[in-house]
Amino acid sequence: MSTTYDTAREGNRNPGRTGGTGQPPHAPGAGVRLLSDCWTMTRREFARWARQPVQAAVGLVFPVMLLLMFGYLVGGGREVEGDYVDYLVPGMLALTMTFGLEGTMLAVTQDLGKGVIDRFRSLPMADGAVLVGRSAADMLHSTVGLAVLTAVGYALGWRADCTPGAFLGAMGLLLLFRFAMLWIGIHLAMVAGKPELVQAVQILVWPVGFLSNVFASPSSMPSWLGTLVGWNPMSQTATAVRELFGGPGGEPGHTGAAVLWPLALLAVFLPLAVRRFARLSR
Amino acid sequence: MTGAIVVEDVRKRYGDKHALDGLDLLVGRGTVHAVLGPNGAGKTTLVRVLSTLLRPDGGRAEVAGHDVVREARAVRSRIGLLGQHAALDEELGGRQNLEMFGRLHHLGARAARARAGELLERFGLADTGRKAVGDYSGGMRRRLDLAASLITDPEVLFLDEPTTGLDPRGRAEVWAAVRSLVGGGTTVLLTTQYLEEADQLADRISVVDRGRVIADGTADELKSRTGGDRIDVVLRDGGLLGAAVALLPFAGDGVSVDADRRLLSAPVTDRMAALAAAVRGLAEAGIEAEDIALRRPTLDEVFLHLTGGEPSALPDKDEARAGEAA
Repeated sequence: MSTTYDTAREGNRNPGRTGGTGQPPHAPGAGVRLLSDCWTMTRREFARWARQPVQAAVGLVFPVMLLLMFGYLVGGGREVEGDYVDYLVPGMLALTMTFGLEGTMLAVTQDLGKGVIDRFRSLPMADGAVLVGRSAADMLHSTVGLAVLTAVGYALGWRADCTPGAFLGAMGLLLLFRFAMLWIGIHLAMVAGKPELVQAVQILVWPVGFLSNVFASPSSMPSWLGTLVGWNPMSQTATAVRELFGGPGGEPGHTGAAVLWPLALLAVFLPLAVRRFARLSR
Repeated sequence: MTGAIVVEDVRKRYGDKHALDGLDLLVGRGTVHAVLGPNGAGKTTLVRVLSTLLRPDGGRAEVAGHDVVREARAVRSRIGLLGQHAALDEELGGRQNLEMFGRLHHLGARAARARAGELLERFGLADTGRKAVGDYSGGMRRRLDLAASLITDPEVLFLDEPTTGLDPRGRAEVWAAVRSLVGGGTTVLLTTQYLEEADQLADRISVVDRGRVIADGTADELKSRTGGDRIDVVLRDGGLLGAAVALLPFAGDGVSVDADRRLLSAPVTDRMAALAAAVRGLAEAGIEAEDIALRRPTLDEVFLHLTGGEPSALPDKDEARAGEAA
């Protein structure tokens, strides 16, 4: 292998340099910069999927596996009015949004640990582009996840008995919940800082996920447990989504909670995550 | 005051530890400046302040004519940063990494692609551009990291211990790359624990300890202040060390004797004359030597001379890190 360093040529070509003060000539405005940077971060995610297609596929297939497991192996005898698959699919959609938290947290801790975030911070990127780009990429990932799971549910016989508007509304509620999980994930990653702690969260996500009405109706549980499960923000989203889909387990009046819970979580964790990020410079 | 890097009385404190304790530094445009010091001296903190990653508690720092706090973005578009650990997306290929960083520099898609190709070519990575960075060797990763810090031909390049953990070949590659930058007019600030590295690469050297500059000057100036080069003589018979010291013409101040290792070490001014005198003198007296070698003073010796004491923190983390890399 030969390594040559062409000094003379290098001296003549300065794409980024103006020589004086002020911004380089190619510096775009703040809005364009933010969009462009977010797009670059999203493209990075695409490239990672293309590099690790199996890993990406496993991420998508895992909720499908759960759906099949609970739909056929475990769930046959659940006390749910109507078809269990019609109860289960919307719940699984909500659970998948919760599990997205792990992916966000893992990605952020890896970037922190490898110093990639430091490199981003040393670049003339738009303010907030690192975090906004992360959330754009993860939201896209989750949208694909929703599509896959919905398609599998459809193949299993699940049908949404609703208007297209209600269907989109339900998807919107799910993605709103995912958005809240995303910022919790970023915040936890910034607090934890180390990939080792992601494992703890990956384990803790399970009881939180199961202490909900995803798999079983709270009415089938002991009353204290049913109450606890009812408080789980994910249960609110699942119930509201079931209502919108017109399937079993839906109750009117949960849409408000399914909007307010994620917004409340966002109101807490988004500023915390942003502040944590800003404190990297302290 | 003009200069590519101007640092005045910069302070940074972590709890009750002063990582930077009123540090001053002036680096001329187009020069290579080494910041030499042991671990914990504040080298990395300084680089992080100058590359806008860390906000100083006090003082003022300008890079490429812009204040690192108030005009952080202007600074960022003019610098390149090579941190201690390769800051790359290990799942992506080399080319993908470079293109991504080019886009984040807002070069535009086409220019970013072209630039990535050039840099891969220049650093001998053209045929590995598609391989995932996670599968790169340590030296390759370091070169790609360096390439990533050169995306825009920065006015000022920061290299934080660029060769720590690299094998001699990797070290030589990084040195060659740094030398090639000098002709292009880039200002380079590099931190290192190795006097030899500073000596090889830098026009000027600042020695830091406990967050302050305790000496600076050219390598020659510093060496003359620190006793310059040394000659080490290892004898077959440790009992003859005293006789050997008395016999050698350059013996005097700064001679140290280590009986366990049968070693005597003395500062020299004229390297070749000292070597010849040692060989001749020992031969005439019939004292057998196992080894005679000329060498640069170690960082410990430099500190001993400059501070009259041991360095505040010994460079032991280095070995640990080299072990990690292996």
